[in-house]
Parts: sequence; C-alpha cells; structure tokens
Amino acid sequence: MPIKLNVNNVVATVDAPPDTPLLWVLRDILDLKGTKYGCGMGVCGACTVLVDGHAVRSCMTHVGNVVGQSITTIEGLSPDGLHPVQVAWEALDVPQCGYCQSGQIMSATALLARSPHPTDAEIDTAMSGNLCRCGTYTRIRQAIHEAAGAAATTK
Amino acid sequence: MRIDRRSFLQLSALAGGGLALNLYRSPLAAAQGPGAPPDLTPQAFIHIAPDGVVTIMARASESGQGMRNMLPMLIAEELDVDWKDVRVQQADLNEKIYGRQFSGGSGNTPLAWEPLRRVGAAGRQLLITAAAQTWGVPAEECTTQSGRVLHAASAHSASYGELAAKAAALPAPALSSLKLKDPKDYRIIGHSQPGVDTHAIVTGKPLFGIDVQLPGMLYAAIEKAPVFAGKVKTANIDQIKALPGVRHVLIIDGAITPAAYTPWEPGMEPGIAIVADTWWQAQQARKQLKVDWDLGPAAAQSSDGFTKRAAELLQAPPATTVRKYGDVDATLKLSAKVVEATYQYPFIAHVTLEPQGATAHWKDGKLEMWSTSTLPADGLGLVARTLGIQESDITTHMVRSGGSFGRRLQNDYLVEAAWIAKQIDAPVKLLWSREDDIAHDPFRPGGTVGLKGGLDAQGKLTAWRHHFVTFGDEKHSTAGGGIGADSYPAGFPPAYALYTSAQPLMLRTGALRAPGDNAYCWVAQSFLDELAHTAGRDPLDFQLELLGNTQSPWSASQRDAVGDHEPTGQAVLIPERFKGVLELVAEKSGWAQRAKQPGRGMGIAAWFCHRGYFAEVADVSVDAQNKVTVHQVWVAGDVGSQIINPAAAESMAQGGIMEGMGHLAQEITLEDGRIQQSNFHNHPLMRMRQTPKIEVYWRKTDYAPTGLGEPTLPPILPAVTNAIFAATGKRIRTLPLQKSGFSWA
Repeated sequence: MPIKLNVNNVVATVDAPPDTPLLWVLRDILDLKGTKYGCGMGVCGACTVLVDGHAVRSCMTHVGNVVGQSITTIEGLSPDGLHPVQVAWEALDVPQCGYCQSGQIMSATALLARSPHPTDAEIDTAMSGNLCRCGTYTRIRQAIHEAAGAAATTK
Repeated sequence: MRIDRRSFLQLSALAGGGLALNLYRSPLAAAQGPGAPPDLTPQAFIHIAPDGVVTIMARASESGQGMRNMLPMLIAEELDVDWKDVRVQQADLNEKIYGRQFSGGSGNTPLAWEPLRRVGAAGRQLLITAAAQTWGVPAEECTTQSGRVLHAASAHSASYGELAAKAAALPAPALSSLKLKDPKDYRIIGHSQPGVDTHAIVTGKPLFGIDVQLPGMLYAAIEKAPVFAGKVKTANIDQIKALPGVRHVLIIDGAITPAAYTPWEPGMEPGIAIVADTWWQAQQARKQLKVDWDLGPAAAQSSDGFTKRAAELLQAPPATTVRKYGDVDATLKLSAKVVEATYQYPFIAHVTLEPQGATAHWKDGKLEMWSTSTLPADGLGLVARTLGIQESDITTHMVRSGGSFGRRLQNDYLVEAAWIAKQIDAPVKLLWSREDDIAHDPFRPGGTVGLKGGLDAQGKLTAWRHHFVTFGDEKHSTAGGGIGADSYPAGFPPAYALYTSAQPLMLRTGALRAPGDNAYCWVAQSFLDELAHTAGRDPLDFQLELLGNTQSPWSASQRDAVGDHEPTGQAVLIPERFKGVLELVAEKSGWAQRAKQPGRGMGIAAWFCHRGYFAEVADVSVDAQNKVTVHQVWVAGDVGSQIINPAAAESMAQGGIMEGMGHLAQEITLEDGRIQQSNFHNHPLMRMRQTPKIEVYWRKTDYAPTGLGEPTLPPILPAVTNAIFAATGKRIRTLPLQKSGFSWA
C-alpha cells in the first residue's frame, strides 16, 4: 500500500509495508544513500535523520509512523553543502573513513537547533549515541563549537 | 579539492592525450609483492588537460587512512603544481600499471615516499624538456612554478596544459637522474590538505561500498551456521522462495574444512544466500528460514576451554623457542627478586562501521566487481580460483569503505558477492548485517602469556622469560597470532627467552590495526611497569636504563607479527628513537612532576612497530565503583623526517588512541562454538563522553617517513592500565577491564 512521505520538503510516494524501517526506504527506494546502516538496533547513530527537527534513528523508525511528518536527511540539510554544520565539518576536515559522519552531522544539527551554544557537557549528552569507529570525536567536538560560532573549547 | 563524482558504472578511463610518465621500478615493492614489480605505464598516475587541470590517480584503496590524499600529494609536490588544481581519481585494480595497490601495515608511506615523488619529478622534467625544445633554450635554464614552465632569460612562460601534448610524446627521463626538491621548498608535503572526499561525505553523496547502485540490481543477504564452517543439511528453501520480493535462494556448499589452523583466505563459508528486490526483504526472508545445520567439530569450542588449555600449556614445556640468549633460568635463580605474572587478553572483532559487503555483476562471461578490499589483488585471485574463471575476465573497481582497520585485507565478502552474481545473471549487492559482521569476523586472536622477570639488588632488570600461548597447529600460528623474534623488549634484557605454544583454533582470525603489537605491547609494557614498581623505580627511568643496555643483535628470522600474510616487514629498532619519544612524552606530560594521589594516576608506555615509534602517557582517575575515566593523553611519535599531511596525521593519532582505549573493554567469547557477542551493545566502541583531551607531538628525525596508522595505537592500552595501577595499586593482568573488576565511566 502506497505511503506518502515528506522527505527534504519533497512529497514522495513509496510502496512498502508500513513496518519497513525508514532507513531502507530512504536508501533503497528513494535512493538517498547519505543515511547509513551501522547496527540496525539504534545503538550506533549512523542512520540518524531529523523528523520534525528531532534526531531519530531511522533504522528503528517504521516508515508508517512518520507519515505527515517532515523528514530531513543529510541530502536535504542544505542545497549546496553550506549549512553551518557542514561548513564546520569541512573546515576542520573531521572525517576519517567518513561513514558515521552524516549521522554525526544530523545529531549535531538537532543539538544546535535547541542549544545554539552548547557546553561540552551538552555535547557529550547529545552526541554520545553516535559512534565513530575511527575515533574522530575530538574534531567533531571542535566542529560543533565552530558551527556554534564559539572558538573556545575545553577539550 | 574534491574528487570528481562519477557514475560507478563509468570506467576511470584516462585514454589519450595524457602526459606520459614511465619506467619507475620500486625496489621496496619488489621486496614486498609477489613476483616482479611492473614498469609503470605512462598514463598510470598523471593526466594534464589543456586547461591545466591535473588529474592524479590514487592507486591505493581508501578506508579512512587518507591514502587518496597522501599518495597524490607526493606526486603533485614534485610535479610542482598547486594542490587546488589537482583532481584525485581512484584507480581501478591494475597492478601491472600502478604497482602494488594495497593499504595495510602502515606500508603506503614507506613504499611510496620515494617512488611517487620521482614519478612527479619525471613529469616535471618532461614538461621542462617540451618547453625547452619549443623555445630553443637549454632545459637546465628552465624553472617551474605552480604549473608553469618559465625561462627567465628569454621571458618565455607556458602552462603545463599547453605543454602536455608535446611532453607526452617525449621519452621518459631516467628516474634516478632526477633531482628531488629540498624539503624546505615543499608547498604541498608538510602542509595540511583536507580530505579529497570530505565535501562529498558531509553532503551525503554516494561514495561507499554500500552505496553502489546499478540498474536492475538485486540485494543479497547470507545466513550462515551459528558455528564456524557449519554446513547446510536441509532447509525450507521452497517456502523462502515464495516470500515477498525473493528472487533466488542459493545454497553455498563452501570449501572450508575446520582444522587446527585456518588459512588466511580459506575460501567460502557455507550458508544460504537469499537474493531479493530489496535488502530488507532479503533480511525479512532470512527470519523465516528453518535450517538443519551440520555444525561440525567447531561446535565443541568454547572460551572456557581455551582458557583451561592455555593454563595447561603454560605449565608444560614450551613447544617452540622463538628467541633465546643468555641463560634465563640460571639468571632468574641468581636474581635478588623474581616477578612472575600471567597476562591474558581476549579475541576481539574489527567492527568497521560499514559492515562487510560488495557488489558484483556477471555478464557474458565477464565479471565486474565493486570492492572495498584493502588488498584487492588477493581478492581478484580468490574470486578467479573460486569461480573457475580467468583473472583477465574480471574488472575490479576500488570503492571507498567505511573503515578497515585490517578487516578488508581479507576478501571473504567479495568472493561471496562474485559467486552469487555468477549464479543469478544480474547485478547484485551483498550486505552483511552487523550481527553477521561480528559473528563472521576474522578476529584478533586472544592470547595468554606467562612471564618471569628478574631484578638485581640495584633494581636493574637481569632476565626476561616470555612464554606466549597462542593458537594454531604445529606449523602455523593463526593469522594475527604469530610473534616475531624481535618483539620488544627482545634484545635488551641481559638474558632473554621467548617461547610459544599453540592450541587448535577452528575459526578465522586476521590482522587488526597493529596486528600482534596491539596485544604484545600491552603485555610487555605492563610487565615492565610491574618490574619497575617492584624494584622501587620510576617506570620511565627503568625503561630508559633498559634501552641503554647493549642490544643483542636483531634477529635474522623476521617473521612478521601476523604470520606470513601481511605484506610488511619490520625494520630494526633503534634505541635512540625509542628513548627519544619516551623523553618527549615525559616532558610534554610533566611526568616527573606528576601528582601522586589516591584514585588518580598517570601511566606511561611506548612501542616500536611498523617502523614507527610512539610513547604515550595517560592521566586517569578511578572512582569508588572502579569506573575509569581517562582525562588526558599525551602522544609523542617518531615516524621520520616528514609528516606529510599534518592535520590528518594528528587525527589519525587521536583515532589510534580512541581505538586502543576501545580494545580495553572489548571481548569476543565462544560457547558451544557460538560467538556470544552480536552488536555494539555487547562489543562497545568508545563514545564522545569518554573522549579525553589528546595532545600529539612529533619528534622529527633524519629517517625516511613511515606510516602511522598502526604504531599510534599499541601504547595507549598499557598507558591506561599502568595509570590504573598508579591510581589504585591494582595491576590489570586480564583484559577486558571488566574481567579485572574495572569498567569505563
């Protein structure tokens, strides 16, 4: 049965069972490959997208449960890669392998939306659900501070 | 600087019009690769378009180590172009024209440092010759700058783009005759150049193995036995074939006979491949499978059994003497104090964040593969042998991967995708689930080490007896479970013995970042710390004194730490470099002035591997519940004269710290042959809130640059556990931390 989704401000109709994880609808039906699979149980954060501005794990979100809500993926963050979080990530050359980074960027975006100048403690809380196997956390923290316009970091 | 986004279907053709470069034969590659290295073909590395845009081919695979930057930077520097004018393009697998294409063993820097700079210099020379001939001036009077050839006396100037066609027709110069730049003139090397893929990553472009998309592509998942190499007896195949989206259900007989020693690439593991319209459908269908497995002999294995057998072997006479000099047993008897300890560490999994997978397409007798392998030539051979086809009928595209850490040196997922593709006559993408990825990892093998160390009345080390119980058969250590005769501190104690014994293991193992060393460093540097404390000495002073001993000659039998598989050797340990990083890290961390208080402490450790020297200090606190927090880490590294890409190097070192910390709390265990861990909740990685401040310092020395992916990692493990001892007085001799009563805060 067709499901209507609002993804990156475009309405898309997909034919998938309503209990299909949003992640696989995004990746394999809508061809939005920026959102990544890492664990399938909501413990790594690689699949993070925004639903009505909140960071959610798309691997644990049934597509039937986000009908009528506004879904934003890494591809929809900005038309040109110039969202402040993307700019900061690029300026600090955060990625190593890069696989976790779209999830990191989406979590950081949600954090900055609700706390424009987060403390290190807030960053710890908001970002500790996003694993980086390469261990780029130092740069991620710096990039969040940079995106917030605050040069000072304690770590 | 961005890599061009091209369709995955498009071959990376650089046909015609390119600048010709030729004739470099790498002496190092000859020593490392199988067979004679090829002469590199002209178009292999450099293509200059008429508009001056320079395309440089990246020959090695990229999984986050920065090879797509580092290798092209070497060429661009000597070619004398601006980095902003360079486009980097990933090469397909073709070792006949590119030379060895692998990323492992921190080998790309030492292997490429001189050859690829000379390739760049040869390009520059050809452009100068073309200009000199055009202008009728002596080539020696011409200079280059930012992609232009200049002749000051005649006021001539031309861009590389204008000269490229003429240069391409010239014979290549003798590479040994080329003069390379003075390092003080470097404008690319030694200057941080952001990752060529960073923009694509932060904008979510399809870039990774998992992102490969072909028209009409199907998706595959494979169900394997819960026990290594278990075979399918019967299964409800017809029922599965009727499920939504399912196109094919294929039984993989496999080719592995479980034995005490499992080869590096043992061939396909048995299982059932489900091919469906989407991966999710294939996964859903898997849940309906009812399989009767022939589990085979590996079902009898357990971690408890391994521990019990290791204890027995430690008590028995060792099977093999790897290194021995002096009379260790007699010296120990005469020593004022003898310290005896048993260290034990577990199996752990690689857990690359992108699980294993590959895409393949069989059509008209030809196979096309999209591979994330870091040793793709091995994959090519494995696929050809397994499928019974010619290597010349296979094309391998090298795709960026979401991490390797040694995992993708093996090609098991690749041969599975290729085999499925050949059965179904359609493009297919295989993806392992996270659970598959952990259950079928080629693990870092566990180990048990019995140690005895002697001290004289002055607190000086007299003897070191090391009995390493590993896995394997009479002839082979399991991959990642061999030890070299020069593994530190071999050569420095006045009397020394290194013995090994092995027990059977019916399981795949492999190379995890700093293979062997990631465990041996923890054992040796922990025991040195124990000896120093027993002697009432400062651990730094104790180790510096040891390094001042007359060094027993480096062993001739340089068996690599990962058995005979990893294409890297180890150069000789130079005590001055080892001492140098220890002294630098002590200075930066304020080691001599460190506070000594209950619940907080600093630990120090150092190591030499993969030609690099690293010393690390950790500042750690431990609370009343034995929860451990690492507050700060200082890193001092010596990888030679030049840090090629400084910002990337710093990040790589910080990543090595985070991975090494992760190893301290990870564990893979077996019961009835079944792996007990399944996902990140029970095989954890470090998280943001656990990340210490990490300061990285380089000690530049006069040696040629070497790699730093691997050697950054090993010292952090003992630096942390030695710090826990300093904070609590409790010595951690068993990993993971939880088995010693500690855990991360």
